Amino acid sequence: MSVAAAPLRGFTIDRSDGQRPLPGSLHGNRRLDRWLSLAEPGVMLVRTGKVELGQGILTALQLIVAEELDLPLSAVRLLPATTAAGPDEGVTSGSLSVQDSGGALRHACAELRGLALERAGGSQPLRVEAGRVLAPDGRVLGDYWSLLSDADLDREYEGRWAPKVAAERRLMGRARPERLDLADKVFGTARYVHDLRPPGLLHGRVLRAPTLLARLASALPALPEPLHCWADGNFVAVMGESERKVEAAAERVRATLQWQPGPPLPDQATLPDFLRSAESQATVTAERGQPGLPATDWATPPPGGTRHTATYFKPYLAHASIGPSCALALWQQGRLTVWTHSQSIHNLRDDLLLALQPLHPALRKQDIEIHHVEGAGCYGHNGADDVACDAALMALRAEGRPVRVLWSRADELAHGPLGPAHRVELQAQVDEEGHITHWQHETWANGYSSRPGRAKVPALLAASQREGGAPLPLAINPPLGSGGGAERNAVPGYTFAQHRIVTHRLLQMPLRTSAMRALGAFANVFAIESFIDEIALARGEDALALRRRHLQHDARALAVLDTAIERSTWWNAPEQPAEEGESRGRGLAWARYKNTGAWCAVLARVQVGESVRVLDLDLAVDVGMVVDRDGVINQIEGGALQAMSWTLKEQVTFDAEGVTGASWEHYRILRFSELPRSVVHVIDRPEEPPLGAGEAAQGPVAGALANAVAAALGIRVRALPLSPANILAAMEAA
Amino acid sequence: MSETCSFHVNGHACAHVLPAQTTLLSVLRDELGLSGPKFGCGEGECGACMVLVDGHPQPSCNLPLWAIEGRRVVTLEGLGTSLHPHPLQAAFIAENAGQCGYCLAGIITSAAALLERCPRPSREQILAALDKHLCRCGAHPRIVRAIERAAALTSLETSTP
Repeated sequence: MSVAAAPLRGFTIDRSDGQRPLPGSLHGNRRLDRWLSLAEPGVMLVRTGKVELGQGILTALQLIVAEELDLPLSAVRLLPATTAAGPDEGVTSGSLSVQDSGGALRHACAELRGLALERAGGSQPLRVEAGRVLAPDGRVLGDYWSLLSDADLDREYEGRWAPKVAAERRLMGRARPERLDLADKVFGTARYVHDLRPPGLLHGRVLRAPTLLARLASALPALPEPLHCWADGNFVAVMGESERKVEAAAERVRATLQWQPGPPLPDQATLPDFLRSAESQATVTAERGQPGLPATDWATPPPGGTRHTATYFKPYLAHASIGPSCALALWQQGRLTVWTHSQSIHNLRDDLLLALQPLHPALRKQDIEIHHVEGAGCYGHNGADDVACDAALMALRAEGRPVRVLWSRADELAHGPLGPAHRVELQAQVDEEGHITHWQHETWANGYSSRPGRAKVPALLAASQREGGAPLPLAINPPLGSGGGAERNAVPGYTFAQHRIVTHRLLQMPLRTSAMRALGAFANVFAIESFIDEIALARGEDALALRRRHLQHDARALAVLDTAIERSTWWNAPEQPAEEGESRGRGLAWARYKNTGAWCAVLARVQVGESVRVLDLDLAVDVGMVVDRDGVINQIEGGALQAMSWTLKEQVTFDAEGVTGASWEHYRILRFSELPRSVVHVIDRPEEPPLGAGEAAQGPVAGALANAVAAALGIRVRALPLSPANILAAMEAA
Repeated sequence: MSETCSFHVNGHACAHVLPAQTTLLSVLRDELGLSGPKFGCGEGECGACMVLVDGHPQPSCNLPLWAIEGRRVVTLEGLGTSLHPHPLQAAFIAENAGQCGYCLAGIITSAAALLERCPRPSREQILAALDKHLCRCGAHPRIVRAIERAAALTSLETSTP
């Protein structure tokens, strides 16, 4: 049998495990029956390890399967992820789902199709229409379900048949499928984990310590049956039959609790200094040099040219899901079942095992089953995993009855992991011809990942709060090969003769930090793209020309910039006069996400008076092969607006004893009245590998807005958010 | 102290003997089994729980039961069903107007009230009517487009003899 006739195109999973490399997540989930099932005639049942977060992944995967198998979209059914069946694809994060899960399914489906054609007979050129295999004369030779059965899928992927090439595709990049999940959402059909109401349901609430190290310093009040209230170390729970009564009881208990504060949190007013002075671990993330140039010595600038330096800052950000984190758990006869909106059900299972083994030493991994059920958008690692642990701990006290735990709004904003505060110091040396010859990028931040399933102790909040619980592991940064954390996009997309990237990861974690959409790329691209504009301004040069000069190696970067500019209806038009007391400005920025993902360029137009009002956001994106075009636009547009909210409005506030203002009144996010005009241009490259769209826009949006504000004011604001207070501070410092 | 409170939900009369401070949202979700209106904040700040009370959008998460005695409540489920969708529901599906969708129940409900009083709203009127709603995914532009689409369709229908 000839193997691997299909080239393995364009996938970036690390395959250094000695196994024959396979495309996408097939590499770790090599059997076809892990992905596909023919058990229901006429319906292609598809399992994926990636989960729907509102990003539309199920719709994109449905389209990929329908494309490869020549099935109508309605004949493809995506099954929700569960640890009980289907592939383990790790975490749904990093804009990798179309690459990894989509890549696996494209190839698995190509193989299934090939097997069916082979079974249908011989060497004649058969074709598939609507799932039926047709002879050259149009005779129906059967369909997938009559020609094959699940027994035929009980095999490893071999790669005997290549997926369709661009010219053979009829759906990808063209079809505009309805979102699979949307109908339930617009008709109010129960779909979210919050909506599950199994019989016998109990409700639980947790009363959280104000900081990670605060300790419970008071006794608990007694509650009338059937309400229960208990403390396990610093984990305080209330549980009962009626959600209303549990909620009311939790508020009564909360009012009586006293906490002994842990070490004081740093002073928010001097947070950028704290990041610089706190104990940290420095890593040289990347270095690039060129023979003949002086060694990079940043203390003494090389002769000739001009030195530029600037420091930028991003505060802690909250994921700020609209629906508070929620989970259900059932403990029955030594087995635990959890329903969760976690992004990583397998990792969560590993950490739940660690968290619960002190209570049930006999518990084994296979005794825990985790089902994904949609929640509200999470935008990274929010409280989803933590609340699953809360529910599991409560379920252990209610054998045979499911327990539903819901976080409060304040919990969601204060006790979920936060996007880290992040300081960037940039230095550049520019020669007399305007070439940037030296570039140094240093970051100071906590790690960007506290996700479960990666440390020796559980990364689940309640596990750390239980009696004897180990402190939460310090947040880490994923390796640069996986995109990095704080250092994500710290390596410039520009060609400079020398660059040096240093990452200082904090070794203390006053506020818990973890992955938030785009990770370090948001702060780093904000800093880099601001700095490029600052250098251009100092040189009296057009910032786009400076960018182009250092981008000659990257035609796709130039293409997104050109597309955004050429297709903009306002970028090249003269500016309308602003209203009195206000000024207008334009700015642009771009980045290639993770330096390996999608390219995105952003043009922004703002009006600045008492605050910043965004008038226009134009985006151009290159995600390689487009699968679901409308899905790409939705992700880019949504990512851009969320990033606009982070850039202009958001910061987590705190005092010595914890997060303050954990309500929507204080943690303000974008409102409809602040909506700019926005447009997204998608460059389709059907022959290129597909790249994720969910995190491409965030960094460039911050850079473009910062540059537009600087253009409007004539003053550079280097601290986010671009709020009236930070603008005023920049004016006073200027 | 519990007392009887009578009101209508989606055209059906109901009466509940519950503490007067019980919120409408908890009755809708827990007693009546509705899953359209969502719990988002409990403080009336996000709009995920928005319902119509006598035709006016009101957050239900902090609305005490005593305040709706004798009133008519409409939730997302009362606007339309998959068999008989409200024009807004059809338009939201046609525009793929949403991502996680947690905010949509409230937003569609407010938009229904807007179209009732203003069948052809301007973009500014739509933005103003939705300003009490938070959407974290950034689906705002397509939400606005879906409402414009529904408005265009319904006014077309009403102007057709």
